[in-house]
Parts: sequence; structure tokens; C-alpha cells
Amino acid sequence: MTETNGAAVQIVAPTEPTEPTDSRPGKGRRSTPKSTVGVRPTVIVDNLHITYRVFATGRPAGSKDNQNRWLKRSPSMRRAREVHAVRGISFTAYEGEAIGVVGSNGSGKSTLLKAIAGLVPSSQGAVYSDTNPTLLGVNAAIINELSGERNIMLGGLALGMSLDEVKAKYQEIVEFAGIKEEFLDLPMRTYSSGMAARLRFAIAASVSHRVLLVDEALAVGDKGFQKRSEQRIRELRSTAGTVFLVSHALPAITKTCNRVLWVEQGQLKMDGPTKEVVDAYSNSAS
Amino acid sequence: MTTTTPSGADAAALAATHGLAELGGRPPLTVYVRQLWERRYFAVELARSRFRAQNEADRLGAAWIVLLPTINAAVYGLVFGVIVKSASRPQHFIPFLVTGVFTFAFFSGCFSDGAKSIISNRGLVRTLHFPRAVLPIASVLQQLFALGPVVLVMCLIVLISGEPLSVRWLMILPAYFLMALFCAGVAFFAARLTIHVRDVAQLIPFITRLLFYVSGIFFAVSDKFSDHPTLTTVLKINPVNVYITLVRDALLSRDHGLEGVHADPLTWQLGIIWGVVMFVAGFLFFWRAEGLYGRD
Repeated sequence: MTETNGAAVQIVAPTEPTEPTDSRPGKGRRSTPKSTVGVRPTVIVDNLHITYRVFATGRPAGSKDNQNRWLKRSPSMRRAREVHAVRGISFTAYEGEAIGVVGSNGSGKSTLLKAIAGLVPSSQGAVYSDTNPTLLGVNAAIINELSGERNIMLGGLALGMSLDEVKAKYQEIVEFAGIKEEFLDLPMRTYSSGMAARLRFAIAASVSHRVLLVDEALAVGDKGFQKRSEQRIRELRSTAGTVFLVSHALPAITKTCNRVLWVEQGQLKMDGPTKEVVDAYSNSAS
Repeated sequence: MTTTTPSGADAAALAATHGLAELGGRPPLTVYVRQLWERRYFAVELARSRFRAQNEADRLGAAWIVLLPTINAAVYGLVFGVIVKSASRPQHFIPFLVTGVFTFAFFSGCFSDGAKSIISNRGLVRTLHFPRAVLPIASVLQQLFALGPVVLVMCLIVLISGEPLSVRWLMILPAYFLMALFCAGVAFFAARLTIHVRDVAQLIPFITRLLFYVSGIFFAVSDKFSDHPTLTTVLKINPVNVYITLVRDALLSRDHGLEGVHADPLTWQLGIIWGVVMFVAGFLFFWRAEGLYGRD
């Protein structure tokens, strides 16, 4: 995130602000009358800007006033720095779409997903959705000090299931996550990161979501789990849900997604069918 | 800036035709209360799981739930009953002190856990959507689970120290109920304020300490400041003192003629007002910032 905090002018230049985000024919997702007949949008992101206020600690890199640093310490240490992580992204996601999100580290992908999940307030623009989308991140533990079994119970209840519903789904969740029986009554902090991520995904995927956001969470799972989760993503799509998938593993995106957003420096660089965007993205990277 | 994307009013209109709502706000109050009611089992289960887990690593385990306030009361008994003996020390000091210390522990637990309820559940908040008011409520419920055994031990000590068992003891139930409402209100306020200004968490021990010393835990408010009527009134209105008085009134016999230990109808009225007002005000205050919880 810190790498995007330069001046806005400096950033906008290389990304050609007019070309990237629009002018894609084909899908016609913008011209509302034509192609949205019978297809409902699930998420509308409208000129979204996200600005973090960060209390920067220490002096800005490269400052030279080492001699008087004790005198100048307080202002420079407490200055709130604005980090402009997302700079005007707009798109509309429809039912049944699986949308991959690619881009280099620090390009704003995760922030974008958090905003779509309603977890980060926008500083400008808006995100519209009919329910609160669910975000699955890599390091979002549920409750570390409680056992896997308690986490399944609590996660299910938090998602709005009744006690009986959770009990009915319990076995299914355990099997999906592929957690061995002997681990279930151990606290979740003793789980490997892969196990924890699998359990979280299994809990979240146990109810049908209109919109599910997956941030690298599948990458930690093993082969069998990846197969099951890809299958689950396809099911969610077929029940008129929308899935967003942030990943640096391009094969995972090509296998599951039908549309890809390429985010670079907080802006939408490209938005289109998977193959097209992934090809352009991998060419630019090499 | 994009040009052909539905932007501004267009996007809002498109969203409206398909029934999409803008995110990051707060749901209307009625919807929020309904969602909260739907998660009542979640609140109870969360509180129970945390309650069970809290002393797991300790050798004595759950015994600490009652050991802690007992040791606390013993320390204060040593300090204020033996080392600094004061004239305002009430008779029958042990039951007086134990009811005060044990009841105060419930308040201070709710206050500090409530303040941390959002921050310490950050993983949960960032992963799943549910009305965040569940979390302060669960922290109060967790304290209520602990209150059960604590009250048993408290009653035992009071009984051993020579107070007669009576039906009036049942009055601790409405007293603690009102106190729990009040504590939930405090937890709501503390939880939201801690989100805005993290520094609040640093001040909580001091506020707690101050309340401990002004709430008539080891002295009777009306005895101590009998020559300062205004101060006495202020200290008597103090909600923590109100609830402690209600509990003492139920447990300690009236035979000892202690002024200020016994509740009058006004004390009950104060208890109801503090409980209801604090709960409603705290809940509204918390709900107004619903969209903010979980951000970095």
C-alpha cells in the first residue's frame, strides 16, 4: 500500500487514464438497456476512491534533517499521511459471473475487495450491492483460541444459521475443509495456515452467497481442496451468485473465471474476458 | 475517470431498479434490531465458548473465576480493614466488603471487555457479516456467565459471616439484571469510543480505579461524607454505587442499622433509570457507527 502514496499526478501519467477502464465493446455491461435484460447486476462499483489515513511513524524516507531531528520529531511523527489506494474504479458485476482480479502487489486489489465487502468506507464514489458480500482473506482468522469445532458453530451462527442448521451442516463443512477428526477439538491457532484457510472457506461457503470475495485464500489449500473449492465456486455461480477471486496464480483464474479485472496503481487498467486480460497481463509482466 | 460506466446518478438509478443498496452505511434501526435478534444464539454461543476458553491455560482453570474476586476482596480487606483502619469502616465489614468487591468486578469486567470487544474480534468482524452489536453484548453475557459462580461464593461468604438466609436474597436477581443492562450500555459506549480513539483503552483502568474508590465499596457513602450533603447525593446517584447498594440491601440484614447500605424506593428507581437509559443510549450510539467497525 505504501508504494501508492506518491503524488497523484505522478501516478496517473503512465496508466493513461482514458484508455483503460472504458471502451470495451463486447460485454456491453455499461450500456444498461441492451445487455442487462434478464441479467441482474449484483455489485455496482461507481467511481470508487479509497483513501487511508495513516499516522506515519518516523520521518519520511530521504529527509535530511538528521541533526535537528529531536526538535522536529513531534510534527513529522504524528503527521497523518493519506494513502490513496483506489483511484476511481467503476464496473458492474452480474449474476453468474466469476471475476478474477489481477495486478502487482500493492496495486489496490485487496483494498478494492474490502470495499466491495463493505469493510472499508469509500472516500468518494459508492459500492452498491443487495446483500453484504462475504470476504475471505488469507489472514482473517475466525477465533484463534477456540477449537475448530467451536469455530464452525460460531461461524455458522454468525452467518445467520440456526443451531439446528449448523448441526446439520457440520459434517459437510468438516469434510469440505478436509480437517482430520483429531484436530477438531484443538484450538485454531494450532492449525497450519492451509488448514485454517480451508476451514474458513468451508464455513463461509456453507451458505449460499450472492457475492463471495476470495482473496488468495485458495492458494494455501492442497490439491484436493483446490478442486473442491473450484467446484464450489462454479456452484455458487450457477445459483446466480457472483464470485470475485484475487490471485497471483493465473491458472486458478483461467480455470474458474470468465471475466478479469486488471488493477494497477489503484485504477482499472483492463476489464474483459479472461483470456484477453490474462494474456495482456502476463505479457506486461515479462 | 471513466466515461461510459454508469456513474453518479445513473449508477444509483441502476442500483435502485435492481434493489441494490449502497454499502458501508448502517441498516435502519428496525432492521438492525431484527438482525440482532436473529443472531441471539450466536451471542450466547460466542460468550459461552469464550467463557470456557478463558482460563484453559491456567492450572486451576475455571476456579480462577471465583478465586480472583476472593483474593481481591482479601487484599482490600487487609488494606482497609487492618492496615488503614478508618472510623467510617462499617460494622460487619467482611460481608459489606465482599458484596462490594464482587459486584464491582462484574462492572469492571464488562467495561474493559466491552471496550475490547470489536478489536479483539477483528478476525470475526473482517470475515463475516453480522450486526456488530453482538460483540459488546457477548462480552457482557460472558461476564454474566462468570457472575453465576461468583454470586454463589459471595452468598456463601455472607452466610458464613453470620447474615441470616432470607427470601429477600432473591432481590439480587432484579438488581443484577438492571446492572447488566447498565453494563451493556457502558460496553456499547466503550466499544465505539475505542474504535474512534484507541487511546481510550489506556484510560479505562484509571476510570475503573476512580469509580472503585468513589463507589462506597469499603465505606458507606452516607457515613463517610455525612457533613457534605451535596457530595453525598452525587455519590449516591453514581450508578455503580446504586447497584452495589441494591445487592447489599438484598443480602445484608437490616438489623445492623447501617445507613447507606439499604436501598429505598429511590435507589430502585435510580437503578431502573440508569439501566434503561444507558442501554438504549449506548445501543443507539453504537448503531450509528455500524459501518465503521472492522476497518483498519
